[in-house]
Amino acid sequence: MDGYIIGTIIKAVLILLILSALAGFGTYLERKVLAFMQRRLGPYHVGPYGLLQILADGIKLFTKEDFIPAGANRIIFMIAPAITAATAFIALAAVPLLPEFTIFGIKVRPIVSDLNIGLLFVIAMMGVGLYGPLLAGMAQENKWGLLGSARTAVQFLSYEVVTGLSILAPIMMVGSLSLIDFNNYQAGGISHWIIWKQPLAFILFLISGYAETNRTPFDLLEHEAEIISGYATEYSGLRWGMFFIGEYTNMITIGFLASLIFLGGFNPLGFIPGGIAIILKVSFFFFLMLWIRAAWPHIRPDQLMWLCWKVLMPLAVLNILITGIVMMV
Amino acid sequence: MEAIAFYVFGILITALFLVTVFSKNVLYAMSALAAGMVLISGLYFVLGADFLGAVQLVVYSGAIMALYAFGMMFFDATRDIKEKNQAPLAVFLLSGLSALILVVIFAAPQIGHNVRALLATPKGMDNPHAIGAVLFTKYLIPFEVAAVMLLVAMIAGIVLASKKMEVSLSESDDYLVEEHEMKEQK
Repeated sequence: MDGYIIGTIIKAVLILLILSALAGFGTYLERKVLAFMQRRLGPYHVGPYGLLQILADGIKLFTKEDFIPAGANRIIFMIAPAITAATAFIALAAVPLLPEFTIFGIKVRPIVSDLNIGLLFVIAMMGVGLYGPLLAGMAQENKWGLLGSARTAVQFLSYEVVTGLSILAPIMMVGSLSLIDFNNYQAGGISHWIIWKQPLAFILFLISGYAETNRTPFDLLEHEAEIISGYATEYSGLRWGMFFIGEYTNMITIGFLASLIFLGGFNPLGFIPGGIAIILKVSFFFFLMLWIRAAWPHIRPDQLMWLCWKVLMPLAVLNILITGIVMMV
Repeated sequence: MEAIAFYVFGILITALFLVTVFSKNVLYAMSALAAGMVLISGLYFVLGADFLGAVQLVVYSGAIMALYAFGMMFFDATRDIKEKNQAPLAVFLLSGLSALILVVIFAAPQIGHNVRALLATPKGMDNPHAIGAVLFTKYLIPFEVAAVMLLVAMIAGIVLASKKMEVSLSESDDYLVEEHEMKEQK
């Protein structure tokens, strides 16, 4: 029992540290990839290939004054970024990150908590994460912030139905909500991946995943050209950084979910061992998010709602219906 | 271990809901409500009802998000609200009712010793499977009735909101909407 608790704490701390660092590295990657796609150079002054830019940005974030506007609701204003960051990491607790491995003679399962409802828990926690932007926007006495939080509510009420319904069809096939069961279901190699049986569900999940992490076609919450910075308008320093870490962690979580549910998870891929396979898959999804950010324009909040409720939701329901019929026959 | 978790969750939930009731600030009230709902899911997890806990999270985070949207429309979230009590009779009756409920809550464990589940949880199934099995056998009719009720609510919502549905408010200017209304009146 003691060993279990200590092991869990070690895993949690490791995930926290690695992902916070990855969030910093993610900003660098995002700037480099966007620059490459737009034929710019991106960060290149600080260090080799601009790599030390991460460090410089980190120093800036940590030392910047933490400013709370006079008219703001202080407590809520201070709590809001913590909600985003914390829920992003809590969601990751139920995601199996790598296959089991042995280190110093101890068998390690790289999942903090193997819930038998893992998938539902992750989706729920990521949904709760949107309370961060919502509260942040309402707590600062700023019209742009308020618009940002109004858009958060619109976004949440739009995408959540699609997320739930799109993964329902794979859940019906696997017959479990545990992400490890999803992984084992696809253990037979590439031809067993769920994406071949559920291509529509995969696309729907990806689209709603972008809305969930507020990535570009749907980044209404802080649409710079329209509402300054939306919910983050009055934030500075470390509190703003926490929003950022939360967003990047959510991106990585969506990458893990998509690869675990649809792309065979951490099963070995030919000669590539499972651990490296899933990291490659997640990196691909991360890159895809940046690619889409470079390629697509923003859409309006009402367009998002139209898309989710009038196009994606009927498609998802149809998909479930067809899956059900096929499974029964 | 479970007792500690239960009391921590219990105290926090009670405190948060008290904030919801007594706070004069919309933002505090709604945030406390949301946090309380999230913590209630903790109680489900302690009881081993993982599925219900996660559903609690999903459902209430969405529901309270809608509540926030209304709060945003009607109140200035950074100011306190002046409350006026215009119906002393309602306060009297409601406080009497809550006193009665309190008595029942504290008396329930005394008379509740011989309460048994009519249908024990199926053995050898994990929580989601067990819920599914019970829901589609023993409790099929209540389940379907609830589904019909939700359908009725959905249709009622569509009927209430369906005016001018074919005109997108953000795409058209006001005069277009007015024109549409004129046409309808003819």
